[in-house]
Order: sequence, then C-alpha cells, then structure tokens
Amino acid sequence: MLTTFAVPAATGMVALAMALSLWRLVRGPSRPDRILALDTLNVNAIALVMLLDIGLGTAVYFEAALIVAMMGFVGTVALCKFLLSGDIIE
Amino acid sequence: MPGEILVSLLLLVGGGFTLLGSVGLARLPDFFTRMHGPTKATTLGVGAIVLASLAHVGAREDGAGLRELAITLFLFITAPVTAHLLSKAALAEARRRDAAQGAGAGAPPPGE
Repeated sequence: MLTTFAVPAATGMVALAMALSLWRLVRGPSRPDRILALDTLNVNAIALVMLLDIGLGTAVYFEAALIVAMMGFVGTVALCKFLLSGDIIE
Repeated sequence: MPGEILVSLLLLVGGGFTLLGSVGLARLPDFFTRMHGPTKATTLGVGAIVLASLAHVGAREDGAGLRELAITLFLFITAPVTAHLLSKAALAEARRRDAAQGAGAGAPPPGE
C-alpha cells in the first residue's frame, strides 16, 4: 500500500504550509499581506479536507471542501472590498 | 498497483507545491512578489490533490469522482478575481500610506 505512506507525507507537507501561512498571517507587515495569508490558509484547508477524503477512502467530505472554497472566496472578497472603500456593502 | 503509484505521485506533487507556495508566501520580500507564491498552491497543489482523489475514489464508485473537479474549476475561476482585488487593495493601501507621509516621499505609485 503506497498510499499509506503518501497520504501522511502529503498531510505533513500541507500542515507545514499552513504553519508558514499562519506565521505570515501573524507577522504580515501590511493588511493585504494578512488577507493573502488568510486566503492561502483557506486553500490549504481545502487540500487538507481532500487529503482526509483520500485517507478515509470516502467521498463524504467533498461537500465540506466545496463549502470551504466558497466561504473563503466570499470572505477574501469582503475583506478586500473593506480595504478598498472602507465599506463592504455600499 | 499502477493506480496506487499514480495516486501517491499526485499526492506528493500536490503536497510539495502547496508547501512551496507557502514557503514563497513566508520568504519573499515584497507584497507583490508574495502574491505570486500561493498561486502555485492554488492551481498545481490543490489541482494535483483533487486529481489524486479523483483517481482514488472515482476508480471504485463510478460517477462519484467527477464532482470533485468542481472544486478545481471553482478555484480556477475565483483565483484571478481574488488576485485582482488583492492587488487593488494593496495599491490603495500604499497610496494611502504615501499620502499620509506627504507628497514627494518615495516614488509615485504605479498605475493611474
């Protein structure tokens, strides 16, 4: 079983990537840096949910990954709009 | 067994590119260079992991795997919109900072 090695290895890499994005989120000098770090964290969370799907051998968490993707996009757009105009809904 | 090798290879490629994107996000010196790193995590990283999931699950239950391409499609559609808005926000932020420091401080902002 090759995937018994590959799934934990990929999970470790994605977890390390999330730690690096979290470091940028905490440290980021400007506000767009923090938004970018949050967006990256979101993409990494999608990858992590897909990895959980593969590790368990099911397709149950597919909807969770899709919802994380949609909510992340809406959140990033809202934060960018807030930086641009100081208001989310005009 | 060839399926296992394909799934493992795609998983390692996806995890590697995701890690690479975040290393770029953490290490690059400037916001606009930092924006370029995580795009690899979005397209190649998640794309490869979704393809691995497609090969792993879709091989057994027919028709169940194709839905997972929706995530990749959604990410491919939304990534340029996010990048555009982020760069606009960063430009507005830089312009605001320059205006606060007073005219003549540093180079004028690009664009306009």
